[in-house]
Parts: sequence; C-alpha cells; structure tokens
Amino acid sequence: MSEKLEEFDNRIIFAKTLIALANENPKIVVVCNDSVGSSNLGEFRDLFPDRLIDVGIAEQNMVGVAAGLSNAGFTPFVCAAAPFLTGRALEQIKADVVYTRTNVKLCGMSPGVSYGELGPTHHSIEDIAWMRALDSLPIVLPADEAQTKEAVTWAANTTGPVFMRIGRFKVPSVSQGQSPAFVPNKAMRIIEGNDITIIATGTLVSRAVAAAHQLKGEGISARVINLSTVSPLDTAEILLAAKETKAIITAEESVTRGGVGGAIAEFVVQNHPVAMKLLGTDTFAPTGSVSYLLEHYGLTADSIVASARELLKHGK
Amino acid sequence: MEMNTREIANLAREIRIQILHTIKGAGMGHIGGDFSVTDILATLFGAVLKVDPKEPNKADRDRLILSKGHAAVALYSTLALRGFFPVEDLKTFAKPLSNLNGHPNRNKVPGIESNTGPLGHGFPIAVGTAIGAQLAKSSSRSFVIMGDGELQEGSNWEAAMFAGHRKLTNLIAVVDRNGFQQGSPTSKTNELDPLDKKFEAFGWEVCVVDGHNYDALLKAFTDPQTKPRVIIAQTTKGKGVDFMEGKAEWHHKVPSDEQYEQALEQVGKQ
Repeated sequence: MSEKLEEFDNRIIFAKTLIALANENPKIVVVCNDSVGSSNLGEFRDLFPDRLIDVGIAEQNMVGVAAGLSNAGFTPFVCAAAPFLTGRALEQIKADVVYTRTNVKLCGMSPGVSYGELGPTHHSIEDIAWMRALDSLPIVLPADEAQTKEAVTWAANTTGPVFMRIGRFKVPSVSQGQSPAFVPNKAMRIIEGNDITIIATGTLVSRAVAAAHQLKGEGISARVINLSTVSPLDTAEILLAAKETKAIITAEESVTRGGVGGAIAEFVVQNHPVAMKLLGTDTFAPTGSVSYLLEHYGLTADSIVASARELLKHGK
Repeated sequence: MEMNTREIANLAREIRIQILHTIKGAGMGHIGGDFSVTDILATLFGAVLKVDPKEPNKADRDRLILSKGHAAVALYSTLALRGFFPVEDLKTFAKPLSNLNGHPNRNKVPGIESNTGPLGHGFPIAVGTAIGAQLAKSSSRSFVIMGDGELQEGSNWEAAMFAGHRKLTNLIAVVDRNGFQQGSPTSKTNELDPLDKKFEAFGWEVCVVDGHNYDALLKAFTDPQTKPRVIIAQTTKGKGVDFMEGKAEWHHKVPSDEQYEQALEQVGKQ
C-alpha cells in the first residue's frame, strides 16, 4: 500500500467515549495517578470534577481505591500509564480487582514501547503476560478508533473486571467501516486468506494488513486476524487458522513469552500444531523512537512478509 | 439492636470460644492475632456497624474491611454469631471446598467486603468505599482493621496521605497494635513508633485506646469526626488465654488437646 492513511491517537476517542458514557451513567468514575494529561482526561475533569479521583503518584492506592469505589456501587475506570498500572499495582489488580471480582476497568494507557526514547522503565511490554496469568480477566486491545469506542462502551456495560490497552502511537483505521468493529470475546478476521495466517494486536494490525497486501503481490494468500480480545481467546477462530492455513505468524507490542504469541502457541500446540513465528518486543529496548524500535524488533510489514516467506518455505 | 458493654463482652467470649473450636478442628489458624482483634470486632459488630445479616449487600451499609485477612477465623466467628451464616459452618473452615478459606472471600461468605490476605490492601479499599459513600451522598461509614506489622507496607501510607488530603470524616482505621509481627516484635523488626505522630502528620485524628476496653472502643468509634480517624488499639496478642498472651509463637500455633481445654476454660469465664 503506497498511499498514507490518516492516523489516530486512540486516547482521544477513548476520552470522548468515556465522557459520553459518563453523561448517561452517573456511576461511571475515573481514578488516575496524576495522569489527567497523559490519559487525556482534562475535559472529563472539567465536566465531572467530583467523579475524577486523582490519587496522585500512588498506583497501589489507585487500584485499591477503585476496588473500594466498585464496592460502593460505582464503575471505576482506572486510567494510568500501562507500565505503572500493571507493574506497580499487580498485587492489587490480582487480589482487590480480579480475585474479589470487582467492577473495575483497568485502562493501561500508552502501552508497549509507545514511550519510545523514555526507555524500558516506561515501556509496558510485560503487561499482557502478567494480566493473562490472572484467572478470568478479559484482556482487550482495541486496534483503532472504531474498536476503541466500541470496546470502552462494552467494558462500561459489562459487570466485572476488564483490562484494556489504549495506545498513544497513532494508527490508521483497520476496521474500515466494518460494523460492529469490535465483538467481545471474538477475534476479528479482517482479511481472508488460505496460505498463512497473521494474528496481530493493537499497533501491529495495520502492519499485518500491509504485509498481507505485499504477500498478495507475491502470490501468497495471507489471512489477517485482529486479535482485539486476547483473553478469553477465540479458540474457534484460531483452530480454523491452524486447520485452513499452513502456518501462523503472531505480531504484538509485548513480550511473546506469556504474551499474545504465547497464548496462541499454547493453544495451537495442544490442538492442531502448525509452523509458527512469534514476533514481539522480547528484550529491554535500546534507545530509539517508537518507529525505530518497531523496526528494531522486526515489527514491520517487511519483516512480517519475510517471516511468511520463511515459514512457507520450511512448511512445505 | 445495639449491644451494651455487657452484651459485647458476652459476644467477645463466644467469638473466642468459636475461634478455639474452629482452629482446633482445622488444625490451623492465626490464633494470636484472632484473639487480639476479637474485642474490636465484637464492639464493631455488636454496637457500631450498620449492617444487616439478612441483606449483607445493602447499598448504604457500613463497610468493614479486615485488612489483616489472616485473622479470618475471628471475622468468620463474629459473622456467624451475628447471623450472617450458620455457626455450624465454622466446622468446615479450611476443609476442601469450604467457603471458609484461610483468608476471607467476598464472593463466598456474606458480610465479607474484600478478599484480603496480602497485607497493605484493605486501607486503600476503605478509602475507596469512603469516597464512594460521599459521592453517593450516603451515610455509610467505612472501617478498616489492620495489624500493626502490616503498617510496614508502603501502600498504607499512600492511602493515609490521600484520606488525610480528602479529609474523609466517614473513615476510621483501626490498628490492632499487639506489638508483634509473624516472627518477632515490631519494635525489633522495623519500628513503627511514634505511630500517633505519623498519622497526625498525615492529617488524621488519633485515638490511642485499650483495645480490650469496650467503653473506650465505643467512644472512639462513635465520637464525631472532623478528619479521618485512626484508633490505635493497644492490644495483647493471644488475649484471653494466659499462656498465649504476648507470645510470638502463638501467631499461628495450634493448641494441643490439653492447651485447648485450658484455653476454653479460661475464655469461658470471661
């Protein structure tokens, strides 16, 4: 694809959607950690000053307070940079939110390597693996504006905890008018194909789409699945990919160990083994911009294409 | 119906008896911390908390969060005696598939507000329920009971700072100040004193009381507040059984048959 698509920062639609939901539902509150700016919550605070609870720089308290607000009948959206939310408050997420089954929506802002040059302390590449380890916690990774809007709305109307990633790295629309753009618990097949399947999440979905277009030019038919829900895993769709195509590539902005690649591999190896290549951000990053880092990790359309060629060569 | 102090004392005696039966029956439990917190629980459930065992999830109920979740047997015994579930169920404690796990579970036991166990979790949750009550314009008050050793967890001080900042007058934190953590005195591990001054500096009113004196506890629980209040309840680990009192080894020791009989006899006279 040569033309440049318009790109969007999902935090903008996230905040707009939350405001619309809060207008309808007085029980929706936001809990954050001095993150009004980075979570794009300024307008929410102006409209609902009492319903934005900023605990300051204190993530354990942030998640505990949210659990308490849920106990008091509210639907708290915890909005914080993903590395600090999931890393610092992991035990609060485990015990107070997931094990207690509170109605807390954990919104990990700016996940993956989206903080670029700020470095590995600020990258959130372990969050998927950590959250996946928790019993029955839905993990949602909307890939574009349309999915973000629908996923946030779904989370607000669902009882129980949810973890979602809201990206800051601008991405083009991958849903392309598909309606609904997000279906809970379902993997979204966005391109049909029968030689190989590319399963991508978040920022990587548009790159997987670009890779599929390149592969088509080479006579390789690539299926693309936008795995916007990582947990629970849509095993029916993954099984079809394993049965109907010869190999599977996974692409994610997180560690593949326990991450999306790990999730798919765990299922595939036990049910219908096929050749796989897991692409992700498996090491602490060197200094560099987001674009540079995605290239460094081989998370580009070209790298996905190269992996596809390699897998199909060996898979024959 | 609010109990008078004589009735609270009777409830406390029955709680201690159930704790003894339950821990002896299961062969496990945290008896020392159960006995130090018993009088606090008896006072709260006997005469302070607005809770209804028939409607344990009523929206405007008071919230009690037992942050020192290892004292689960004390809380289970109290809830059972107050009618939240049958006293008979205490016999299942720690047995396979029992609702009564070694630490409390909100989704299995009526009257439990949060699944506690890892220390330093209850305080932020109680700050959340207190803020929630304010937002909902509810008269609900929030109470959290912590062990003293637990205050070594930093999350508590995040919660204390924020509650002080928000001047939460519907929040009371109780420190079961028995002076011991699992293996040794708190003063030898990581000194907490001056605990009163620490809380004052965080914007709290401080009441230091005898944690086994029902009148003192009642006053501390019911006096009007202008700030969040901490009750530093001076307690004795193993309170009520002379050979357990103040002994670190009774943190989670199970009494022998002979000790069990002796303990029942001592507690029964109280």
